[in-house]
Amino acid sequence: MSGTFVGMPKFPVAARAALEDTQLRHNLAHATSTIRGKRARLVDEVNEVSSWEDLRLAGAGVKEAALLSLETQLLRLEETLTANGAIVHWARDAEEACRIVATVATSHQVDEVVKVKSMVTQEIGLNEALAAAGIAAWETDLAELIVQLGDDLPSHILVPAIHRNRAEVREIFLRAMKTVGRPAPEDLTDEPAVLAAAAREHLREKFLRARVGVSGANFAVAETGTLVVVESEGNGRMCLTLPEVLISVVGIEKVVSTWDDLDPLLRLLPRSSTGERMNPYTSTWSGVTPGDGPQEVHVVLLDNGRTRALADQVGRQALRCIRCSACLNVCPVYERTGGHAYGSVYPGPIGAILNPLLKGFGVDEQTDSLPYASSLCGACFEACPVRIDIPSVLVDQRAKVVDAHRDSRVPKVEQLAFKGAAVALSDARRLGFGERFTKVGLGVARRLGAAAWTSARDLPPAPAESFRAWWKRTDGGRDESTKESGR
Amino acid sequence: MSARDEILGRVRAALADVTEVPAAPAAPRRSPVADVVGLFEERVADYRAVVVRTTAGGLPAALRDALPAGASAVIPPGLAGTLGLSGTGFVVDDGELSAAQLDQVDAVITASAVGIAETGTIVLDHAPDQGRRAITLVPDTHVCIVRADQIVLDVPDATALLRAAVLAGRPLTWISGPSATSDIELSRVEGVHGPRNLVVVIVESPQG
Repeated sequence: MSGTFVGMPKFPVAARAALEDTQLRHNLAHATSTIRGKRARLVDEVNEVSSWEDLRLAGAGVKEAALLSLETQLLRLEETLTANGAIVHWARDAEEACRIVATVATSHQVDEVVKVKSMVTQEIGLNEALAAAGIAAWETDLAELIVQLGDDLPSHILVPAIHRNRAEVREIFLRAMKTVGRPAPEDLTDEPAVLAAAAREHLREKFLRARVGVSGANFAVAETGTLVVVESEGNGRMCLTLPEVLISVVGIEKVVSTWDDLDPLLRLLPRSSTGERMNPYTSTWSGVTPGDGPQEVHVVLLDNGRTRALADQVGRQALRCIRCSACLNVCPVYERTGGHAYGSVYPGPIGAILNPLLKGFGVDEQTDSLPYASSLCGACFEACPVRIDIPSVLVDQRAKVVDAHRDSRVPKVEQLAFKGAAVALSDARRLGFGERFTKVGLGVARRLGAAAWTSARDLPPAPAESFRAWWKRTDGGRDESTKESGR
Repeated sequence: MSARDEILGRVRAALADVTEVPAAPAAPRRSPVADVVGLFEERVADYRAVVVRTTAGGLPAALRDALPAGASAVIPPGLAGTLGLSGTGFVVDDGELSAAQLDQVDAVITASAVGIAETGTIVLDHAPDQGRRAITLVPDTHVCIVRADQIVLDVPDATALLRAAVLAGRPLTWISGPSATSDIELSRVEGVHGPRNLVVVIVESPQG
């Protein structure tokens, strides 16, 4: 597997392959059930002293308010960041954002940057773009390091190497660390603590010498010109503090209006994400602090499809997402297929709606297959800390996928089916006529088009007579003496 | 058209249907507890940090006990001379120590801005008694002094107190236990890149 999602097969195809990987299913079941339990205990704890639901409402409210006034918030953010000494750039798409980062890095004559784990830089393919410019981008989050050293793809928003178990991690470290820096110790065991210590030693030399750091941001506060990074390991603090230059790529939906808006979000995110009351480290910085940390600070405000998502009145709520990954951990589909099947850096239920929103409908088959990658059970909505109604968006998107293919030469099956239904149901005589062929129709369907449907579901047997035939025969049930007319 | 104008134009067009922006409902508050300091102590210890309670008079001894035997320690300029600590192992940060030099120091001692009981969090606003961010990051042991009167109940109390520091342009570091990861099979391991040892020294108020 190479380091890109481009050219991934449609979800059903990729999911079938994933389902056959028993190691993957074992790793995922263990990991997701662990984190579900932790989160559930903390939600109960909050409910003993406060209200989790009210906290969700507050968190959803501050994100929604910022999104609906996004132009005001972005202008204010630009103004406060600039006043704080940061240099603000705007990027319409991935290519423009990558070019800005590469240009800044190149202007400092570096051949490497250290990176904080960031979904948005994955989304825009920054590492590949920097590599093309002759700059090595070192991932410093432990899971991202595992993915990078394994020449693998991330499969979870929070724990990108969730599909790897400890034995696999050990093997990757032994094989790959020596190719890019300090080798793993030869007596490396598969104890998580020992593996983490090896990562510490491997990355330390990179942190201490790096001149340019690259990050995303969890939140951007318009009022104060402050960026926020929430993390666990301290690799984020290293990248945000030690280099001379810091470049942060921030999706325009990350903005919140005021400093106080962070309160509900900082209470919701760690509990939903890692199942902790608070994550080990949260860093906030407002541009340049004289004598402390990077003295040249860049912020790249990125669109890359976010305004397209914002224009979708049903789907725009997906931009409230704070990337906690709670929806992945509770999803029965994700738990079985893992993240790679979604063919994107944003997997799971949120990925199923976010990818089509960012890329558009009817653009590629893979993206169009994502709104169907769900049983619509609703667990994701229940778990979402900012109350994104993912099932409703999925249903809306299924309609949009069909709409996008209305002019296709080969129509979608459901389009044909509903066209047929519209013809039959719009006229009583036509319906009566059609009903006489129910048995034959179902028999044909069973042999032909419905094979994919019936492989996992039951197609009901045809009734002996239709309701209308029964009504006519028995005079609405008053006379059961007449024999059923055989058809 | 510049990227900026184009993006802002797209935002405006995307929100053409929006006539009013509803205000967010207020975030709920946690119910009060009698012993806020006790809750803080319990929650910090929950992260497997070491928690010590002492008085102002007992602070120098508590700090010496908190440091590994023979450990060197860096001290921010605003704390120098106030801790009753002396000896060759203590270095006052002059702002010039490089990351590589800090990597040779065993520990760091700082004050803090706020403690949050509910989440067991200490927040540094990097005032002179806490120093620049690098000194509390690179050494492997962080001994952090929290006055009992700095401890608040929950996150909204803390964000309210920290607002002035943020508006003054200062960075913040929120610390909840030692550096940790759950990236391998989601089993929590303490100690990755940040300080692997966190000692929180709570200094009781004179009357309490």
